Amino acid sequence: MSRNNLDNNQTSFLEKIHLDTPLLVALLALMGVGLFTIYSAGGQDLLLVEKQVVRLGIAFVAMLIMAQIPPLAYRRLSIYFYVIGVLMLIAVLIIGVTGKGAQRWLDLGVFRFQPSEIMKLAVPMMVAWFISRFNLPPRTFRVAIAFIIVIVPTLLIAKQPDLGTSLLIACSGIFVIFLAGMSWKLISLFVFLSSAFAPILWFFLMKDYQKQRVLTFLNPESDPLGSGYHIIQSKIAIGSGGIDGKGWLQGTQSQLEFLPERHTDFIFSVFSEEFGFAGVAGLMLLYGIIVIRGMIIAVRAQEAYSKLLAGSITLTFFVYVFVNMGMVSGILPVVGVPLPLVSYGGTSMVTLMTGFGILMAIATQKRFLSRE
Amino acid sequence: MFARRTVIALFIIALMMFAVLSNLYYLQVTRFEDYQTRSNGNRIKVLPVAPNRGLIYDRNGVLLAENRPIFSLRIIPEEVDDLAATLTYLKTLLDLEQSEIDDFYKEYKRQRRFKPVTLRNRLTEKEVALVSAHQHMHPGVSVDARLTRYYPFADALTHMLGYVAKINKKDLNKLQEAELEANYAATYDIGKRGVEKYHEQLLHGHVGYQEVEVNNQGRIIRTLQFQPPTPGQDIVLNIDIKLQQVVREALEGKRGAVVVLDPRDGGVLSLYSNPSYDPNLFVHGISSKNYNHLLQSKDRPLINRATQGQYPPASTVKPHLALLGLEESVIKPDTRLFDNGRFKIKNVEHQWRDWKPWGHGWVDVTSSIEQSCDVFFYDLSYKLGIDRINGSMVEFGFGQYTGLDLYEESSANMPSRGWKRARFNQPWYIGDTISVGIGQSYWTATPIQLASSIATLVNRGERYVPQLLRGFSFEGDVRLAEPKTLAPIEVKNPENWDIVLDAMYGVVNREKGTARRAFKNTNYISAGKTGTAQVFSIGKDEEYDEETVADHLKDNAMYVGYAPYDSPEIVVVVALENAGGGSSQAAPIARTIFDYYFKDRPTLISQTVELNGALPEAAHSHQEQARHVTE
Repeated sequence: MSRNNLDNNQTSFLEKIHLDTPLLVALLALMGVGLFTIYSAGGQDLLLVEKQVVRLGIAFVAMLIMAQIPPLAYRRLSIYFYVIGVLMLIAVLIIGVTGKGAQRWLDLGVFRFQPSEIMKLAVPMMVAWFISRFNLPPRTFRVAIAFIIVIVPTLLIAKQPDLGTSLLIACSGIFVIFLAGMSWKLISLFVFLSSAFAPILWFFLMKDYQKQRVLTFLNPESDPLGSGYHIIQSKIAIGSGGIDGKGWLQGTQSQLEFLPERHTDFIFSVFSEEFGFAGVAGLMLLYGIIVIRGMIIAVRAQEAYSKLLAGSITLTFFVYVFVNMGMVSGILPVVGVPLPLVSYGGTSMVTLMTGFGILMAIATQKRFLSRE
Repeated sequence: MFARRTVIALFIIALMMFAVLSNLYYLQVTRFEDYQTRSNGNRIKVLPVAPNRGLIYDRNGVLLAENRPIFSLRIIPEEVDDLAATLTYLKTLLDLEQSEIDDFYKEYKRQRRFKPVTLRNRLTEKEVALVSAHQHMHPGVSVDARLTRYYPFADALTHMLGYVAKINKKDLNKLQEAELEANYAATYDIGKRGVEKYHEQLLHGHVGYQEVEVNNQGRIIRTLQFQPPTPGQDIVLNIDIKLQQVVREALEGKRGAVVVLDPRDGGVLSLYSNPSYDPNLFVHGISSKNYNHLLQSKDRPLINRATQGQYPPASTVKPHLALLGLEESVIKPDTRLFDNGRFKIKNVEHQWRDWKPWGHGWVDVTSSIEQSCDVFFYDLSYKLGIDRINGSMVEFGFGQYTGLDLYEESSANMPSRGWKRARFNQPWYIGDTISVGIGQSYWTATPIQLASSIATLVNRGERYVPQLLRGFSFEGDVRLAEPKTLAPIEVKNPENWDIVLDAMYGVVNREKGTARRAFKNTNYISAGKTGTAQVFSIGKDEEYDEETVADHLKDNAMYVGYAPYDSPEIVVVVALENAGGGSSQAAPIARTIFDYYFKDRPTLISQTVELNGALPEAAHSHQEQARHVTE
């Protein structure tokens, strides 16, 4: 953006390695916030921070690699990713490894692998590829096929069961269809069908523990020591932070361990307690910068596939942020979604940064193609 | 198309962000105080800290009830490296029973790992030393000290001092009713009897608080604030422990009670009931075997005979009745009567016998008291009638609580027409009145009542409430409590006091006095009155024969006395159950007490020692001062 003010060598270097400066700065800033908050939330355990630094390193490298691949290559590979992904999801249901009551992992001998992570990118890629083959906006018939492309992996993942991920993946596909210009009539129909689907979801697809989460969300105070405990403690942590917070390492709710899942899903509560509403607004600004920058990249992208994919990645990223913040502050049910780039954790971080790698590729590589 | 959809998407994103931020604003700004309170409620716990109980001293500064640390062996599981090994080690070190280890494990399973679990209570000093010496090698093992009551004089003071023991449900209910439970939040023991119970509020002190920060497990992270407890008030009793021990020795092997009062202020110098028991047994929870033993003993050691024993006062109340007769002009100082050993009234077949079968011959009021003539007093009470007797004796405190600072007190019984109607639904008979004249019939009195009534006599009507509490000690400085007084007894002719008191002088010092033998060759002049109370009725033609009467039906022996005669310093009351005659059994014990009190006195003139405001340590007892003079 303000590229003119930057050092010439650096500019050329960042461009050479296909990194988008504003996006990079915001991502690094968020990672920094995450490391400080993890240090506080983890009881000032440097080891935890070191582990996270290693993960961030790996994720960063993944992003760097993805940024080097031309968008056209992604477009070509979309269908293969998708097909392989779906096959692996089927494999998971048959020979998958069970953990925490769900069958999510494939044991590849060396490491365990969660195919649903691939689908987070493969689904929007596939839908974008499918829709961008024809003129936009897509016809009703093609929208229907696009929906089928979305629904197949969604149901497979929901069956594991991993409802949160399946819904997020459905979103990433639907965002592509929406951005492609799906007509408002169809959107209305879709909303209507989704609401009709809700009772089916409740009675036939959701497991008891998932229903319990929703019930707890609706009235956390009904069971303050049981399942409502987490959300109550989280709201106390956030609320008691006030405007300017209790200060770094000073959050009593987190330091005295009243908060659950402090360095993972509930890290936003720790941050809110220690840095207050002022800190929360700042954090929101960083996320806002990333989302706006992502949308700018999408708008500036030259071909439909890149536009749709960049838009979907950005919107999905925002959904993560929204769902996490919403669940820890009590306006959404607890679904186990980490706060992107801040929460402690590996797999989702890598997927996320891979997505940003693709975004970087779309942002930087078009220039070479379109240079006149 | 795509750009338009992007704008719509950004618009929706902005709305969602706004929703999240609004909610966060609501939580963090609007409802900040509410959540701050809840957050503090999570982390801040207030722990009560028990105050140290006030100490109890005798009038000379001797400690009667003290606080001693008791030690318990505790283990904090999470600090122990190898629990099994540690327990094995302690087992050999302290000879632990398997049952103690089993109990430990039971408790251990219930507690959180950072909470101490008690392995053994009440370690001996040797065990404390053993554990302390090896503690450094066994992390997690600690010795915890807590203060508990200890009564160094054991059974010498039990009935008067009482004891403390663990607060039970009943105590808790009472505390709740009085809204005092918060003050006892950390307290272990509460006064159960005696002074410990009566002066509980004085002795207990005020609870302190420790405000601590805890984590979600309840583990204390740090102390935020400390409000120290206010220790209980140290108190000084009127008791003279040396005198008390003399009394205790004198009553050895007997059933009975002794009260020694200072008539000048109502101070209780000694109050003892025998048999007694060791109050220390109760402090740590008495075993049911020991308790049953005390409860079922036919000597009834748990009763405080000095304040709860209801004895017919017998002839010890003759001076009181004589005063009433003189005041009511029923008799005059020179009224004479011939006692042939029997008393009869017109149209009544029953005869009332004198204790002296052949009678005392011609007697007046003075000689009737000196010789304890019954017939004179049968006649007197017949003429006075129960209503006048009751009215006057109530003024002397009979049938009333004395107001002594003990809850274990009986009001005994001063009979009246109304009382008999209520109790037996029977009218009052003339015959009832006649035996009231010699302190029998339905008339009962406690030793403390008798002592208080004698004090009233020697004070010529001035009345002090007998008190154990002498004052308050502030690190050695004593502030005396005001003596409690009651409205004095007004007489029409003050000379009547002299007549009665002179007769009591005669009991001890004149030729025919019933106590002259017991008080031969004293180096002080005392006065008194003997009493022998029938425990069961003898038929009108039967003789009371000590040899043939079962032990528990033998007469009670009573003695009331005071000295020095001219300015009384102490009043002594002795009551012995089933011991025989007052002059032969009770009077010698009274003499032992007087002798001790006045021992080594250089003159017969009493020496008044000013005690007011003196330090308890510095305040010498009468006899110590007296010894100084002779040395």
